Amino acid sequence: MFNGFLGFFKKEFIQIFRDKKSLLILLGIPTIQILLFGFAITNEIRDVRIAILDYSKDNTTKEIISKIVSTNYFKLYKMLRNEKDIERAFQTGEIKEAIVFSQNFGQNLEKFGKANVQFINDGTDPNTATTIIGYTNSIIGQYQNEITRTRQIPLIITPEVKMRYNPELKGVFLSVPGLISIILMLISAMMTSISITKEKESGSMEVLLVSPIKPAVVIIAKVIPYAIISVTIATIVLTLGRFVFEVPIKGNLILLFAEITVYVIMSLSLGILISTVAKTQQVALFISLIGLMMPTVLLSGFIFPIENMPIWLQPFTYLIPARWFIVIIKNIMLKGSDFSTILNETLVLFLMILVTISISIKKYKIRL
Amino acid sequence: MSNNFAIKTIDLTKKFGNFTACDNLTFEVHKGEIFGFLGANGAGKTTAMKMLSGLLSPTSGTAKIADYDIYKESEKIKKNIGYMSQKFSLYDDLTIQENINFFAGIYGLSNKLIKEKSEVVINELDLKKQQNKLVGSLPLGWKQKLAFSIAIFHNPAIVFLDEPTGGVDPVTRRQFWDLIYQSAERGLTVFLTTHYMDESEYCNRIAIMANGKLAAIGTPKELKESNSSSSMNDVFIQIARGKNYV
Amino acid sequence: MKAIIAENLSKKYQEVQAIENVSIDVNFGEIFGLIGPDGAGKTTIIRILTTLILADSGNANVNTFDVVKDYQKIRKSVGYMPGKFSLYEDLTVEENVKLFASIFNSKFEENYNLIKTIYSQIEPFKNRLAGQLSGGMKQKLALSCALIHKPKILFLDEPTTGVDAVSRKEFWEMLIDLKNQGLAILVSTPYMDEASLCDRVGLIQHGKIMQIDTPTKIVQDFKHSIFGIESNKVYTILELLRTYQNTYSCYAFGDKIHYIDKRNKFDIMDIQNFLKGNKVENFIILDNVKPTIEDCFMDLMRHQ
Repeated sequence: MFNGFLGFFKKEFIQIFRDKKSLLILLGIPTIQILLFGFAITNEIRDVRIAILDYSKDNTTKEIISKIVSTNYFKLYKMLRNEKDIERAFQTGEIKEAIVFSQNFGQNLEKFGKANVQFINDGTDPNTATTIIGYTNSIIGQYQNEITRTRQIPLIITPEVKMRYNPELKGVFLSVPGLISIILMLISAMMTSISITKEKESGSMEVLLVSPIKPAVVIIAKVIPYAIISVTIATIVLTLGRFVFEVPIKGNLILLFAEITVYVIMSLSLGILISTVAKTQQVALFISLIGLMMPTVLLSGFIFPIENMPIWLQPFTYLIPARWFIVIIKNIMLKGSDFSTILNETLVLFLMILVTISISIKKYKIRL
Repeated sequence: MSNNFAIKTIDLTKKFGNFTACDNLTFEVHKGEIFGFLGANGAGKTTAMKMLSGLLSPTSGTAKIADYDIYKESEKIKKNIGYMSQKFSLYDDLTIQENINFFAGIYGLSNKLIKEKSEVVINELDLKKQQNKLVGSLPLGWKQKLAFSIAIFHNPAIVFLDEPTGGVDPVTRRQFWDLIYQSAERGLTVFLTTHYMDESEYCNRIAIMANGKLAAIGTPKELKESNSSSSMNDVFIQIARGKNYV
Repeated sequence: MKAIIAENLSKKYQEVQAIENVSIDVNFGEIFGLIGPDGAGKTTIIRILTTLILADSGNANVNTFDVVKDYQKIRKSVGYMPGKFSLYEDLTVEENVKLFASIFNSKFEENYNLIKTIYSQIEPFKNRLAGQLSGGMKQKLALSCALIHKPKILFLDEPTTGVDAVSRKEFWEMLIDLKNQGLAILVSTPYMDEASLCDRVGLIQHGKIMQIDTPTKIVQDFKHSIFGIESNKVYTILELLRTYQNTYSCYAFGDKIHYIDKRNKFDIMDIQNFLKGNKVENFIILDNVKPTIEDCFMDLMRHQ
């Protein structure tokens, strides 16, 4: 039996490496994606036009304004006179953000240690908007720290929006974990399901069934090469993230790769499950894209924060493996968490593997 | 050039780099003739077919297809030929009528003409009841007959058939040949390629290609006699083997 | 001991009765041909016998093993070539053979002798990808792969479809050679003219076996006498004869028409006069045309 496994295993590798074009796409797409995500998002904030409405016009607001304008993130378009001007400035499409300082801003800060500032953003592009808010916030935050240092009582400027982690809201920080989970799902699940259904479609599955080799051996031999490729791709993405975009990997590297392997096994077993249902490569591709990719992208929390989803939708996110994996990988990479903090998420993934594999075994046919 | 020829080629040659796929083919096909074009895999059959149907420009030589020049009038050639292959002929997920409308529409036939003619065709094939059924639900034999009728719907001068009757039962196969004979007697020229040597015996004349050259041409009877064989199968094997076939 | 015994096999797919009460048996050292058009049920029979699908009713033994209970034992002892070319097109000739050897737990080098005569013909191309082989060579490779584990029984589903006449002839020569070594071979084909190469054939149509016998016997059993009509007006004559009161059947057969009369004894002049009376001039009527398997098949279809 081992002979058969080895022969089949070898065959899979030959096939994968002989098809240079597909292999290039397989390895190239993640690279391109991470570069695109990285550069597109980091370069977004540069010379963003803003308008400022200063009801206070005191020294404090002047200082803050000069701080904001002196960065190369922002460019002052206009000092506004009243609320109506804000609307006009947006309408003409000249500005992306309006900053409004409340009356007696400096006085309030001095007297009560508190003052309010309002950011009004162009919501048509929510991603850019949140990024801009993040930048404005951090500049004001810096100023706040500076003036607090010279006084005894802490001074608080309260902007309407707050960001906790990733203070500069660097896109790559979030997109590396998200991308890894989506790419691994895509390659592991889609590639294995396609490669198994390909055997069905070409008729070679018939010959394999009418042979002493056990179906389980065929599948394991088929899956391992894709597992290796998936982990390789994860390494590429992590390396690019680390050295090109300086995304930190604060946690344990072994733990990180162990978790990646668990997630890859999860995705592979989904691929096997798909192949028990799909008869043609086309169907397999369809199920992988619509049934796996879409929910993974939409519901994993990678693009849309789960907290912002309607309550009824939130429970569905529990079914998405990537939802758990993103938490795991973010914790390890960005926070440097150890195994105990991500124990629950890991257990969920293991449970999912168990369920998928059992269903696959039950559904797997020893005949046509 | 005489008007009695549907196809006339002189030294028709096609080279791909150093490889000569078709080497100085000279032959003619009479109007209303059923002409079989045979050859082993890779003998140059497909290349010749592509040139004759205006899909591929020859390297040298001349040819007239339905009185149109193969170099200058390939668009006119395409309008005046029909094509049917065993692999693809009709859309399974369209009804009979929809298939007719689609293919006739491609050749620019008017709606009125399509309507009139499709009625005749459907009646001739006895498909009145199935008119609005999906083609996929028809038995293979009917599909092939329908495919043939659609291939000649626009009244082409020549129809090219690529292994038209593979896999059907002998009776259905005869019914298909009835259609071919009928159309030929009405003046249609039928140019048929096949692996199936049995099928070639139904043709009026046959050409056999081997290694890019025309190895033999004649009626089935002549070919059998000159090779002293009892079947076209033996004739083919002798000719194809003689040319150091791998 | 029989290599294959099938008794009253039936199988239905949704509404379609794929096969109905099919019974065949195949001996070792015999080529048994399942002959019939596409959709007749040939593939279904072969798939049941190779344990790929289950019959609705009936039972079958292959190499004395039951196709349902002992399917794993059958899978070890048979060779199978499905209808579609089923090897890996992106592997080379040699890689394919070696892969199949390992799947069957045997060594290519050890069993090389078994396939030597066939494999040696494609060995010069052993480093070529299987997908780049010609149809004939593909068949040889597929056969080599099906034989590498020394099976006792060989199942071939339409092995010669789409292969040119020369390769077909060579392929059949190999099968006859294997048969002489004692293998039992069950082969299906839509080509009626291949019947004569089998030891026994089963003529199958609409899921039912119409007749099983040796090809010679089937032709001998044909009870009608056939007249051949040669003419360049085939279609006109066919049309006319279909309206003729004494016609039992008339079909185009290559360059002549095969005509069978309803009457046992009659004068050829009758037909001649009938055709001439309908203004057909140029034709020759031949007496005593030898029936082919196709004639027999068509006659059996009439009675089905």
